[in-house]
Amino acid sequence: MKSLAELKAIKEKNKMGVMLREEQDGIRVVVGMATCGIAAGARPVLNAFTEEVAKRRLEGVTVAQTGCIGICQYEPVVEVYAPGKEKVTYVKMTPEKVARVVADHLVNGNVVTEYTIGAMQK
Amino acid sequence: MRELSLHILDVAQNSVKAGATLTTIEQTVDTAAHTLRFTITDNGCGMDETTVRRVIDPFFTSRTTRKVGLGIPFFKMEAENTGGSFSISSVPGQGTTVSALFHTDHIDCLPVGDMAGTVTALVQCNPQLDFVYRLCVDGRSFVMDTREFREQLEGVPLNNPDVVQFMKEFLEENSETIYGGA
Repeated sequence: MKSLAELKAIKEKNKMGVMLREEQDGIRVVVGMATCGIAAGARPVLNAFTEEVAKRRLEGVTVAQTGCIGICQYEPVVEVYAPGKEKVTYVKMTPEKVARVVADHLVNGNVVTEYTIGAMQK
Repeated sequence: MRELSLHILDVAQNSVKAGATLTTIEQTVDTAAHTLRFTITDNGCGMDETTVRRVIDPFFTSRTTRKVGLGIPFFKMEAENTGGSFSISSVPGQGTTVSALFHTDHIDCLPVGDMAGTVTALVQCNPQLDFVYRLCVDGRSFVMDTREFREQLEGVPLNNPDVVQFMKEFLEENSETIYGGA
């Protein structure tokens, strides 16, 4: 059984990271988590982002939530804010798509155009 | 929504919106009586009596982007579909309590689903707030309290990916033990 004592090790491992991260602006991944988003499957998408970020030990990536942004038909919606770059909006996300967004966009800086709202509206 | 845990996530988001610093989610299971009760209590801004009566109306919402608010009405419907009940009470300035009873042997009762996913999603998205999750099955219980996590972590934020992963496993393993390893 897991015990809280394991948090001590996590704390030691991450203490340095906290200090580093507070000083730099990183990438923000925002998942829409209002009723519409949740019903469409936002929670597994959010969990998938966290898992990928933890697995790849990506420093400076924050995963957060937002409310309904008014495009419920495209939920789950994910917005990626990278410093100095235009916001990218991914629509109809799935945990499978998350792996590709993390690898291509967050790690290598290449937007996955086919998952964006621009590709959807064409 | 296909899982009760998603409704819980949705309802608890209301507590976050209400400015609650502490939100408690209680899940009480009585296997002999085939009942499940979810109670969500927060210390947010609360609502006056008129507003409390209106939140169960799908055509009422506090947001201004459109005219429908379906979270609470859906949750109430799911409970009542199983022959259960729903209640909400609130005191302005003190907080709100939402409670729903489900009859789990009813054919229309949704599966509980991924409660660990719901709790971790809440904590991860609101690392500055505190959450308590209490699972009670036939008198055996288990509690997760983010204030205890915070104490151990000494400044490492609750949305740190390692912490989130640990929390998910912690919830899953302890819940399994409470349910009797089923």
